[in-house]
Amino acid sequence: MADVQTVEQGKIAADKEKMPLLVVRDLKKHFPIKRGLIQRTVGHVRAVDGVSLSVDTGETFGLVGESGCGKSTTGRSILRLIEPTAGEILFEGRDIRKMGSAEMRRMRRKMQIVFQDPYASLNPRYTVRQVLEEPMLIHNLFSTAAERKKRASQLMEIVGLSPSRLDRYPHEFSGGQRQRIGIARALAVDPKLIIADEPVSALDVSVQSQVLNLLDDLQKELGLAYVFIAHDLSVVKHISDRIGVMYLGRMVELSPADALYSEPLHPYSQALLSAVPVPDPEAKRDRIILQGDLPSPSKPPTGCPFHPRCKDAKDICKTVVPTWEEIRPDHFVACHLYS
Amino acid sequence: MATVMETQNGIKQTLAYPQKKPAPRVWRLLKAYPLVFLGGILVLGLIFVAVFAPQLQHFNPNQQFQNGLSAMGGPLPPNSTFVFGTDDLGRDIFSRVLFGARVSLEVGVFSSIISLFIGTSLGIISGYFGKFVDTVIMRLTDIMLAFPLILFVVALVASLGQSITNLFIAIGVLGWAVTARVVRAQVLSVKEYEYVQAAKALGASNWRILTKIIFPNIIPPVIVLTTLSIGNNMLLESTLSYLGIGVAPPNASWGNMLAEGQQVFQYAPWLLYYPGLALLLAVLGFNLLGDGLREAFNPRRVR
Repeated sequence: MADVQTVEQGKIAADKEKMPLLVVRDLKKHFPIKRGLIQRTVGHVRAVDGVSLSVDTGETFGLVGESGCGKSTTGRSILRLIEPTAGEILFEGRDIRKMGSAEMRRMRRKMQIVFQDPYASLNPRYTVRQVLEEPMLIHNLFSTAAERKKRASQLMEIVGLSPSRLDRYPHEFSGGQRQRIGIARALAVDPKLIIADEPVSALDVSVQSQVLNLLDDLQKELGLAYVFIAHDLSVVKHISDRIGVMYLGRMVELSPADALYSEPLHPYSQALLSAVPVPDPEAKRDRIILQGDLPSPSKPPTGCPFHPRCKDAKDICKTVVPTWEEIRPDHFVACHLYS
Repeated sequence: MATVMETQNGIKQTLAYPQKKPAPRVWRLLKAYPLVFLGGILVLGLIFVAVFAPQLQHFNPNQQFQNGLSAMGGPLPPNSTFVFGTDDLGRDIFSRVLFGARVSLEVGVFSSIISLFIGTSLGIISGYFGKFVDTVIMRLTDIMLAFPLILFVVALVASLGQSITNLFIAIGVLGWAVTARVVRAQVLSVKEYEYVQAAKALGASNWRILTKIIFPNIIPPVIVLTTLSIGNNMLLESTLSYLGIGVAPPNASWGNMLAEGQQVFQYAPWLLYYPGLALLLAVLGFNLLGDGLREAFNPRRVR
């Protein structure tokens, strides 16, 4: 999608329409490891190590990978909830990493987050009304309490909850309902982009589909863009337009959703897809079982980070880091098998 | 009562819960935790006694009565004149216990307020700003906790001079370590809550996060801690008075009454019973109240 050329041009106002809503380039987040009495830095955990992606208005970008691969860190770094170590985050063509704190806070109206754990993401001391009105107060969206109340009721209806329950506390709601409240809070500031950090993985399967449908409906109605983070490919499949697969802090494959499911290129993507359960007990499947554990991101393997677990590893994989290449239109992969 | 309604997104949702006006919070709390009630009564009783000690007294607490001693010159057991008996100098124990309440409460409350102030400030600074400041403050706290508080207080009172004011200043200035620890831990844990991250993502300023989210979360444990520490500091005052560095005789404190009483307790045990009982009830009152408040502040417990 957005190659470097169009991004460069996108900084010019005339080309802004072609510009994706969000462009992330070479994002890195290294956490220092500190030891000893004087807290000396002895190494770095490369949680995110050079991730690039772009999201268009109204599009859903799915980000998948196993636990600890850096998907959540990527999501939070994009919002600067975790300050990235390096890289560019262009939102509507402007690098938000260069913004001062006041400007950044105004910018946050346009990009919101929905968290994984609906039990931890709502302040237990606030009623739902307070939760929903807080964003309005922060950004001075309405001048009177009556207007805020009206908007809060409206938000409740949008996410399918009764406005009569506005004065209740979060603990009086079920997990799925809380997640709806979390979504309503994100919607309160009319964002353009929502980073959904595993929004359904804490919910029951029956409730998962309700919340996914809600997110889908909201996208159609409000033209939202999503970065949808998940570890479950079957969840991502329904909602995503394009999908990025992460492994050990790096993007290993990025392609339109259909192409990834019909023909995954990277051996890691193949292994992930083969692990998706099929609702037919008779179906014959060739599952690729990954050997070994995820290596420590503080000491990533040399060459391709996936080579110790890869079924197709060649000698070159052990020494040379594969480059990020567009094998087919819009289908990128970082793997020596294709170069 | 529940009805199913289709919303604009076409998602079916159970709506309309029976609306019953909940009972007042205080009443629900008392019903769930009756011991709080006892604690509250004890504390209110103590405050009442301390404030109205001059009106309640029968006699001047420091006066030695001729008729307060037996024919042998010993203390009198409780009788119709001296309801709690007299001590070995012929003073009225009832009046002395009343005035002891004043001293105990004064020292307990003021010293705890001083510790509360120092401890909360240091704890917030330490927890919120972290890094070097945190390390310095926490090592200082370790030092404070590593030495017995009583030794510090003895040294400080000795250098400041013996008076009630110096006593609570010394206890307060030296007793902040636990509060600082608790506040810091609370700040650290609240800081990591996802709803704090959510507020940050919504564009809330540091000031807003600190005042609207972190501070309200600090208040409940601090109030509980302060209530408990009033009890503890009352005990500490008694200990110091018992050791002879707290309230100077002839003024009454439960501690120095116990110290004087122990010399004759084998044949006049009431010298220990009444100040001991008063101390027990006062500390128990604050502890019960503190525990109750902890429950009261937990929004998940009392429905």
